[in-house]
Amino acid sequence: MKRGLWLVGAVVALAACGSSSTTLSATTVASESSVVTTAAAPAFPVTIGDVTIPSKPARVISLSPTATEMLFAMGAGPQVVAVDDQSDYPAGVPRTDLSGFNPNVEAIAAKNPDLVVVSNDTNNVVAGLGALKIAVLVEPAAATIDDSYKEMNELGRVTGNAAAAATEASMMKQQFADLAAQLAPHKGLRYYHELDPTYYTATSKTFLGAVYALAGLANIGDAADSGGTGYPQLSAEFIVNANPDVVFLADTICCGQNASTVAARDGWSQIAAVRNGLVIGLDDSIASRWGPRTPQLLEAIIAAFKKAGI
Amino acid sequence: MIATLTRPHSRLPARWLVIGVGLVVLASLAGLAVGPVSLPIGRVFLEVIDHIPFVRVHSGLSPRQADIVWQLRLPRVVMGLLVGAMLSVAGGAYQGAFRNPLADPYLLGVAAGAGLGATVVIVAGGTTRSGIVAPLPLAAFAGALVAVVLTYALGASGERRRSATSLVLAGVAVASFLTAVQTWVQQRKSDTIREVFTWILGRLTTASWHDVLILLPYVVVTSAILIACRRVLDVLSVGDDEASSLGVNVNQVRLVVVVAASLGTAAAVSVSGLIAFVGIIVPHTVRLLAGRSYRSILPLSLLFGAAFLAFTDLLARIVISPAELPIGVVTAFFGAPFFLIVLRSSRTSP
Repeated sequence: MKRGLWLVGAVVALAACGSSSTTLSATTVASESSVVTTAAAPAFPVTIGDVTIPSKPARVISLSPTATEMLFAMGAGPQVVAVDDQSDYPAGVPRTDLSGFNPNVEAIAAKNPDLVVVSNDTNNVVAGLGALKIAVLVEPAAATIDDSYKEMNELGRVTGNAAAAATEASMMKQQFADLAAQLAPHKGLRYYHELDPTYYTATSKTFLGAVYALAGLANIGDAADSGGTGYPQLSAEFIVNANPDVVFLADTICCGQNASTVAARDGWSQIAAVRNGLVIGLDDSIASRWGPRTPQLLEAIIAAFKKAGI
Repeated sequence: MIATLTRPHSRLPARWLVIGVGLVVLASLAGLAVGPVSLPIGRVFLEVIDHIPFVRVHSGLSPRQADIVWQLRLPRVVMGLLVGAMLSVAGGAYQGAFRNPLADPYLLGVAAGAGLGATVVIVAGGTTRSGIVAPLPLAAFAGALVAVVLTYALGASGERRRSATSLVLAGVAVASFLTAVQTWVQQRKSDTIREVFTWILGRLTTASWHDVLILLPYVVVTSAILIACRRVLDVLSVGDDEASSLGVNVNQVRLVVVVAASLGTAAAVSVSGLIAFVGIIVPHTVRLLAGRSYRSILPLSLLFGAAFLAFTDLLARIVISPAELPIGVVTAFFGAPFFLIVLRSSRTSP
């Protein structure tokens, strides 16, 4: 029983890791302007929160796959000396066996970094590296799309690529706007976003929910999020009864789900999404990150709608 | 000789048998009637009756609602009944075979073994492959059995005969070892960690008729064996030496009980994950309510366990409906206070 309760704690903690809704919620308005102004921000030293970077870092370690994608997108790649074991994009990143999930201060310090980027302060890694006078920037999971732009800009400032980062952020914004315009005719379609085959889902309150909201899609999971975590577990009968128009699968790689496995589930054949061919497989990695590739989710949706002839 | 141990009140009390059957029926009906999707109760039952061979009634439910009842809700209720019955009867049998009130179906490492098997498959991406036999339940089942065999072999090697204590200690060691390996495997690939936890916490969420059919034969056969052993377990309760002198082959009985209980438990956890608490609390509740004889404990544990898990799964479905609570959380959260109430009231009126 002790073991059981411990596990509950662990799962709750994992769920908490997925939604950093509180820390960044106040930035929505501010970051609108930061897209423009950061390009002109003064060079080093740069201070973000209580982290000060004295000069342009030359040995950056990223323990966050999203931060890795952002850094390489803005051209900071040459400064990045190591990334964690989950960072797999773009091709050729200096992947190591360092773990962002279970970071080891000594192993990180051994690579002699002058800046470390993490998405969670797991294992007190911030204090641990701080004691070694290594700057650590925490860029937690985005709760809104603006959070994503803000993190892009912050990474740009701390690595001395502020202008390029601002360009990337506005490109992302433009992409989102263009894709959302293309999806406008499908406004109001109701969707279920599947995180795993036991029906954990992401609601409108999450970053992913915000991306779907850009396209005007409505989330069936919102009714189930009484706990406000953003990541409730739904029951099969609720999903079947809600009869979503679209099912998004973010468990294609981890758990081998696809349109035919969903159609084969007991009772699912009657769902509108299954009957209309709108069970859409997404790339698990893109769907779990909040970086420059996120607009590809909307591209995948547009492609699937075209294929289904709607 | 067994007759000399039999006291009148140690027979299976008819009153509790009726209550047990009544609770199972009640839990099944409640489980069918209530869910996150509210459906007219009368129509739900008509829909189920419609599936009885040679019976044709029109329930008036839409095809999708009919699917909800027949494909999603009913198999889940049945699965809850089967898993609850299996874990409880196995727990009761373990407590008898080891004369240890703290024994539960996971005593000899079944949970740790199944957890390791499941984790290896999840980490290796085995859940993505589909075939006639799903790899995850198979691996969990194999892991559970390997753990028990290992425990039995180790527990036997220390002493000339397998004493209950050496088996239990071997079980503790094997479980710790396998849990360590499981944790290590799990940490090697952190991106699959949520899937591992979801499995470990237990789930009836995805129960299907397919799962029910896999589990059913194990539950029927192993519970029948365990219940058939109920008298011998009563004899065993006086102690190994005493039971031997009464003509019981203690090691053989223990082996049969351990094999049957482990096989059934392994089958249950392989489809439902690790549901804690049921296997230890249900037999004890039965013991407090209906007497200390295994002749009543085992059959009643089967019924009460089935009803208990079906009820707790109902709670898991509706407490924060339409979201789900992990079943393992619900069994402990509602089971522990309930057990304490039973414990208290049985003390005040022995």
